[in-house]
Formats: sequence, C-alpha cells, structure tokens
Amino acid sequence: MKHTISVLVENEFGVLTRVAGLFSGRGFNIESLSVAPTLDPSASRMTIVTSGDDRILEQINKQLNKLIDTIKVTDFTGQDYVEREMALVKVTAEEDTRAEVLRIVDIFRAKVVDVTARSYTLEITGAPTKLNAVIDLLRPMGIKELVRSGPVVMGRGL
Amino acid sequence: MKKTGSQILLECLQREGVDTVFGYPGGTVINIYHDLADYPIRHILTRHEQAAVHAADGYARTTGKVGVAIATSGPGATNTVTGIATAYMDSVPLVVITGQVPTPLIGNDAFQEVDIIGITRSITKHNYLVQDIQDLARIVKQAFYIARTGRPGPVLIDLPKDVQIQSTPFEYPDKVEMRGYKPTYSGNLRQVEKAANLIMTARKPVIYVGGGASGADASEELLAFAEMTRIPVTTTLLGMAVFPQRHTQSLGMLGMHGTYYANMAVTNADLLIAVGSRFDDRVTGKISSFAPHAKIIHIDIDPTSIKKNVRVDLPIVGDLKDVLKKLADALEKRSDQLPALIDTMEPWREEIDAWKRGYPMTYQSSDSVIKPQYVIEQLRELCSEDAIVTTEVGQHQMWTAQFFAFSRPRTFLTSGGLGTMGYGLPAALGAQVAFPDRQVIDISGDGSFQMNSQELATLVQYGLPVKIAILNNQYLGMVRQWQELFFDRHYSQTRMELPIDFVKLAEAYGATGFSASRPDQVREVIRKAFETPGPVIMEFKVDREENVMPMVPAGAAINEMVLAS
Repeated sequence: MKHTISVLVENEFGVLTRVAGLFSGRGFNIESLSVAPTLDPSASRMTIVTSGDDRILEQINKQLNKLIDTIKVTDFTGQDYVEREMALVKVTAEEDTRAEVLRIVDIFRAKVVDVTARSYTLEITGAPTKLNAVIDLLRPMGIKELVRSGPVVMGRGL
Repeated sequence: MKKTGSQILLECLQREGVDTVFGYPGGTVINIYHDLADYPIRHILTRHEQAAVHAADGYARTTGKVGVAIATSGPGATNTVTGIATAYMDSVPLVVITGQVPTPLIGNDAFQEVDIIGITRSITKHNYLVQDIQDLARIVKQAFYIARTGRPGPVLIDLPKDVQIQSTPFEYPDKVEMRGYKPTYSGNLRQVEKAANLIMTARKPVIYVGGGASGADASEELLAFAEMTRIPVTTTLLGMAVFPQRHTQSLGMLGMHGTYYANMAVTNADLLIAVGSRFDDRVTGKISSFAPHAKIIHIDIDPTSIKKNVRVDLPIVGDLKDVLKKLADALEKRSDQLPALIDTMEPWREEIDAWKRGYPMTYQSSDSVIKPQYVIEQLRELCSEDAIVTTEVGQHQMWTAQFFAFSRPRTFLTSGGLGTMGYGLPAALGAQVAFPDRQVIDISGDGSFQMNSQELATLVQYGLPVKIAILNNQYLGMVRQWQELFFDRHYSQTRMELPIDFVKLAEAYGATGFSASRPDQVREVIRKAFETPGPVIMEFKVDREENVMPMVPAGAAINEMVLAS
C-alpha cells in the first residue's frame, strides 16, 4: 500500500543521503521524494512516497525516527490532508493537435509556460491522480519530455 | 583564550573524561599528535588502525566507558571501517576521530583523501564532518553523548587538517541540545503491568537475554527478576556473561550452536521474555518455527529492534535496568501469588531438566589428541575468577561460548554481530590497558590469529601481559566444518597449508611462546603461561577435524538440531 510520509529534518549537509541511504540499505522503496527548507531555515521538510505492508511501514517510521537528524515523522495515510504535485510537460503541438492540447489545458486548469511552432510546454498542478489523468490524455499527442516534482502534503485544518 | 582546532579536540576529550586513546598517526592528524603530549591522555600506538578501533572497543566493552580511536585520512580512515562496523553491530560506544584533507581540497581526489563520512554512514550511529572550527566543541560533546546514550554505538568525527590548525576562543558547551535525539529510558508502567500479568499466567516461560543487558549493566536486575520467578534463562553469545552460566536456572546459549535444552525450551515455551536481544538469524534459525507457541514480550532501548524480525505481543521500550526493576516491583505487588506461580511451573522445570540430562553440552574426550573443548575447560579452571576473555571468530569462539561458563558481566568480549576474525587480540589489548592488573586471555584459532598478529608488537611495547591461546587445527575450522557437512568434504581453500611456528613468532616480537601437542601437556602449558610475565602465546595443536556440536543447519528450525557429527 502507498504511504505519504512527511519528515522534518535538520537542515544539515548530508541529511538527504542519510535518509536515502536508510531506504536503499534496508531495501525499502522510494517512489518519490521532495525536499526544501521550511519557514525555520534550520529545518527541512521531506515528503516521501513509499509503499509496503504494515510491518515495513512500521520499520520505515522507526528507522527514520532513529536518525539523529530527524525531528519528526508523520505518516499521512488515513489522515485528512492536502496533496499537491507539479508537472512540466513538453507536448508536441502540430497543426491538427494544437487546439486539443489547449482544450485539455483549459479543462484541467493547467498553464502554457512556453510555446514554439511545434510544441507547448505545460505546467500542471494538482493531486498526483489528476496529473496522471492529464498525462494519459496528452500521451497520444506525443509527450517529448515530462518532469514531475513528486507530491508535497499538508494536514487539513489547524 | 584562543585555541587551535587540535587543542580544542584534546581539551574536549579531557573534559569527557577520556584518559586513554588508541591510534596511529599520519599526515592529516599530525597536529593532533603534536599537541597530544600537552594533555594527560595516554596514547596507545597500535600497529594497524583496525586494531586501534578494536582496542578502543575492548576498552569500552570492559569499562562501559566510551572508547576513543584516532586515525589519519585515506587508508588510515578506511582501515577503521571493520572496527567501526564491529562496534556498530554489537552496540559498543566509540568515538572515532579521523583526519581529513584540508577543506579546500575536499572533493579533489587529494592525496590520502577518502569520503569516510559516506563510507561509514551505514555503520555509525551518527557521523560528522567538521567544516567550521566554531562547531568543533559542540560536535565532540554531541558525539560522546550520542555514543553512550540510548542504544550505544560508534560515532565518527572527520576533522580536516585546516580546521585543526585554525584557532578560536574555546568554550565547552555545558549541555547537549538535539531536538531529533531523545532516547526513551523510562519503561511505560502500563506495559510493565501487562507484562507482569502475562508472567503470572504463564506455564512455560523463558527469559532470552542479549547483549543489550550487558551494555545497560542490568545483570543484577536480571538476576533478581529471574530468581524471584524462577524462570529459566537462555542467553545469546553477547549476553553470556550477563547471567551466571552455572546458575541452576541457566540454559546456556540458544541458537545455531546453542544447547539442545535452550532451543527445546524456547520452542516449547508459552511466554518468551526477550531482554535486550534482537532476534538475530543465528539465534532464531527458521523464523516461522521460532518460539511458535509463545507470546513474546520484548524489552529494548531501541524501538527499531522491536518487531523487526518477529511478531511481538508486548513491546516495552526503555532502559533495561529501569524496566527490569519496575517489572520486579510489579511482581512484588503480586508476591502472595508468586509461590503458586512457581509451583505451577514445576512440570516445566522438570521437562527442561529432562532435556538437560538427556542431551547435556558435552564432547568426546581423548587421551591421545588434544580436544579443543578440553583446552577451554582447562583455561576456565586455571584462570582467575575475574579474568577477561576475548575471542576471534569461528569454531574456537563457539567452543568458548559452550564450555567457558562465564559468570561475571563484561568479562566476555567477542564479535557477535559482524563476526570479525582478528577482533580478539586487539580487543584483549584494549581490555588489558583498561585493567592492567586483571588476567586477560585471547582465545583464538590459527586462522583468526593471523589477521591481526602484528599487535603482538603493541603488547610487548606497552608490557601488556595478554595470554593468547591458539587452538591450532591448521584449518579455517568453521568453514571446513560446513564443507564437511554440506559440501561433500570438499575443503576448498580452508587448509592453512603452511605450518606456523607460533612459539618462534612470539619470540620474534619479544614475547614468550609455549606449545602443546598432547592432552597431558595442556594444563602445564596453561600454568606456565599464566605464571610468565608479559604476553604469552599458548599454542595447542588440537584435533584437526573436531566439529562444533550441536548444530542447527542453516535454514532449519532451532529444535531440529544435529547433535553429533
């Protein structure tokens, strides 16, 4: 089962390698990972999407907590949270498909951020499932390049 | 007053109470070595950086203090790796200091540069690269704190040469503040109450003790808890010295080369109380058949150890001293029911006694050839009661565990987790430095001994009277045993063809050597060795193809033991 885990860590050199090394060293899987400093610049927030059964998730949680640089670990699975991911998609836009691409952009409230005679580069934000849907629709038109940020999450309410 | 980085390091070591360090100088630690003479810190120069770390490990395991080792950058640093991994696997508190090339050269593939932080990340509890002299005092303070608290372990500090030379006003932090590191010491009382209730309803309980009980110095609390309930106690290799092996409740070691009765007791138990143990595969054998009928209580300081390998019914996270004390208190409150509990466990004790009588830990004795087990028994009989014993890894290590009958905590030093050949001699060196007046014995095989035999020079130089017993079978015996049993006696690369004259080897270093090839010489050699001042090698030419028995074949359940070959 897929889990989205938010890890607050000391913003110190080598922290990313410690976390990534923990996953690879113990055979845990990372599907996506995003990192940036928080409001407090001495800490960073990592959002990790991983998968595994309950036993593996319990170990991931404990092992992350065991790292000296880890301040807090939150597994958002089963909680109420907002999840957003961004994708940049360079899609072929020839004479016959330009209009269709723009229709998709419109429907999904995406943005065109670069245009050439033969392509559009789109910025799409939303839950990962929405991004998947857009990408599936764009695929027949010819996706030249795709970059996804991996999701970031935040609990709902105060 | 301003101090240089190397002075700050040494000042911090002194404030941490460090009186002895083990190490080996080199280009990037030359400043530290220059300043070392100004501080009341004894430096022991080993002949290899790996040995320096093992010696610091031996010092730490016997004293309970943090062991300290110093090595230079590059090959000095990589030579510490096996020592660090050994300490990490067995939860030994160490601070290892490595020199590093000057910060502007880091990443340039400079002479003797290696990314030791990257290399040791997965074998240290934590590690630090000091990039700014302002951080140095705080980092050293944190390193010692991390090494000795919670589940102990090695911490590495990589100190670039330019940081050692720079200077800054020295201020030692009075306390450690780390928002991400707060080990749980106090066991949860509700969990303890639940554990007490489980114990009161158990009919076939077993206590299973690991190395954590040694690190926590919990042997008194363990003994009190075990005696008030009369529950039988089995230990892992690292837990052996924590519980007196000749105690009536002792079942000896469990697992692959454990006693038949310990393995049968665990397999038939209805309650297993795991105390500072981590359900290693050498203990559990086939995991699905391990303690299949038992509820499991797991007491450990490290939450990641719990439910890592086996299901656990009742976890208690905390310091073992604290939890065992609370558990004894909780049982004390039920003291009116304790005699009845002990009575109801009588059939269980009888069942275990029958296994003990039926399949005792034994071996075939001989008048013509020296049996290795006999040597261990005689060493035990002739050594002093508080002797410290180290081993290398292999058959001799298992025979020591099976036949030495340890009785005091922190007297048995062995590489259990990593299984490092070459550990025993330098660990004995470290133990002898810590306790110059106690008897220290390294029990070795001829294979393992040759992995760090250069440390004979260190023993002689510092007058450290370690007694070394080499059980010489001219084989890599444990691998040979597996080849005999599971690979049709195909002894691929396990014959140590060249006979070594260990007596001459000892003499070459200025030590003393004795050799025995007949059983009737064994006691005499041991006696002479114990009477001779300084380091002594006792070589015993033992039965070459003796096997360690009983044995659980790899992948089998622990009650499926091969009892004799």
